[in-house]
Amino acid sequence: MEQQCRDLINTLAACMVANGADPNFANLISALLGVVLVATLPLLTVILLIWVERKFAARIQDRLGPNRVGPFGLLQSVADALKMLTKEDITPAGADRFIYNLAPIIAFAVVVLIWAVIPFTPMHVGSDLSVGILYFVGVGSIGAVKVMVAGWSSNNKYALLGAFRTIAQLVSYEVPMILALLIPVMMSGSMSMQDITWAQGGMWYIFSAPLAFAIFFVSNLAETGRAPFDLLEAESELVAGYNIEYSGFKFGMFMAGEFMHVFTVAVLTAVLFLGGWWGPGVEQIPILGFVYLGLKTMAVYFLMLLVRNTVPRFRIDQVMNFNWKFMVPLSIVLVLVQAFLLRVITSLGLAPNEAGDFVSSLPQTLILLLGNLAIIAVVLNMIRNRGRQQRLADEAARSELAHPAGAPAGD
Amino acid sequence: MQLLNEWAFIGVFFAIAWVFPLLPIVGSWFLRPHKPNAIKQATYECGVETVGDTWVQFKVQYYIYALVFLVFDVEMVFLFPWAVAYKQLDWFAFGAGLLFIFLLADALIYAWRKNALEWI
Repeated sequence: MEQQCRDLINTLAACMVANGADPNFANLISALLGVVLVATLPLLTVILLIWVERKFAARIQDRLGPNRVGPFGLLQSVADALKMLTKEDITPAGADRFIYNLAPIIAFAVVVLIWAVIPFTPMHVGSDLSVGILYFVGVGSIGAVKVMVAGWSSNNKYALLGAFRTIAQLVSYEVPMILALLIPVMMSGSMSMQDITWAQGGMWYIFSAPLAFAIFFVSNLAETGRAPFDLLEAESELVAGYNIEYSGFKFGMFMAGEFMHVFTVAVLTAVLFLGGWWGPGVEQIPILGFVYLGLKTMAVYFLMLLVRNTVPRFRIDQVMNFNWKFMVPLSIVLVLVQAFLLRVITSLGLAPNEAGDFVSSLPQTLILLLGNLAIIAVVLNMIRNRGRQQRLADEAARSELAHPAGAPAGD
Repeated sequence: MQLLNEWAFIGVFFAIAWVFPLLPIVGSWFLRPHKPNAIKQATYECGVETVGDTWVQFKVQYYIYALVFLVFDVEMVFLFPWAVAYKQLDWFAFGAGLLFIFLLADALIYAWRKNALEWI
């Protein structure tokens, strides 16, 4: 019984049954506790992360950022939340009340739901679904519903216009994201997040599939609607996008959902491509995995902040063209090349052994890395040629304007 | 039983996840002022009274993007089992996958050539 009760979170149910509780009741209690633990974690983290993000943005823009409430302004997010709680809630006349109120709840809930399948340590995972990746894709796409529902029900033209655009963008960038997700699945032979993490024991997937990482990263930037893809809140064109009519804590839910979404995709990137909880000594002391996962998540998160604060906003047609005419073809080619190389590696007997340690996964990693670099080289070359042609055409047009064909040159 | 437990967890998660955002929204009802008036509830567009109906028919362009997305999304569901089993399969599976993805790409090329991917 002592053995069963040691790791309380995982074996609570068994422990309670051993002490004479009803098994169903024990399962329910342990599930409830697990859910509350897993779901509160992002909530608490995001309060701190909003502060981190605002400070980071402030430093880049040569400002101080929040520094009044609490030490170093740490309690700024708490103050903001309290302020939003006491703000009057205005429902515009003519709004579709039920779905108008439903939208902010969806916005927040779907992001929390993704956390159910994230493995924190070798032993601690909310729910190790065998279809974890599909679950993430499915829950993640509900995010598009919230935009449509909010934009449509507000009875505001700008909100509706913003929603149309955002839907087009969210839906489009899902395609390269899912194609990029195929690669970790292909390499680990499983859709469970925990299995994918285990499979990265020898080598993180960012080394054997750097291009998939890049595609996943960029399409997630678009999915979260941050700059350079923040067309949903293009102030100069749409006032504020799909959530323009919301006030008080309903607006707060959209904001909190967005901040949490960024953090969530950072965690997912860390799990799928940066080896999740893997790190020195993690097999002896599983709880260390939590620290490693946190560090890797922060690395990805800061990369996202850096992109957000340094890259200017795209135009909507550029966003759509970039996706359908660059990202999607590229990810299709990537999936095929990666599949081909994996097949070749298996045929040559270079695949990593069962243990999948560092040395045995070296040949596979090197071949896949070279394959990825070859694709990158070809793509860069194509972009360079296109750019040069464009530049020459522009220059020809300009000199045509400066010196029309009829007039004598050089006067 | 193990599998059922995993999904039971997701079930509880679904129930709880809706409570989290609901609590502050309902809770703020007790804290916030309630003083609605017609001006406040008017549609916020640009200071001028809004003209015409909001819920109108919109451009067909959006539907076309949605259709192209649908082609990919549905076919992706079939690609995932292929990817899971890929390491145990032989060259034939690679050929089958190649053909399938080629059909996928074909739809994209068709939409591209038909100028369905131009944002107007």
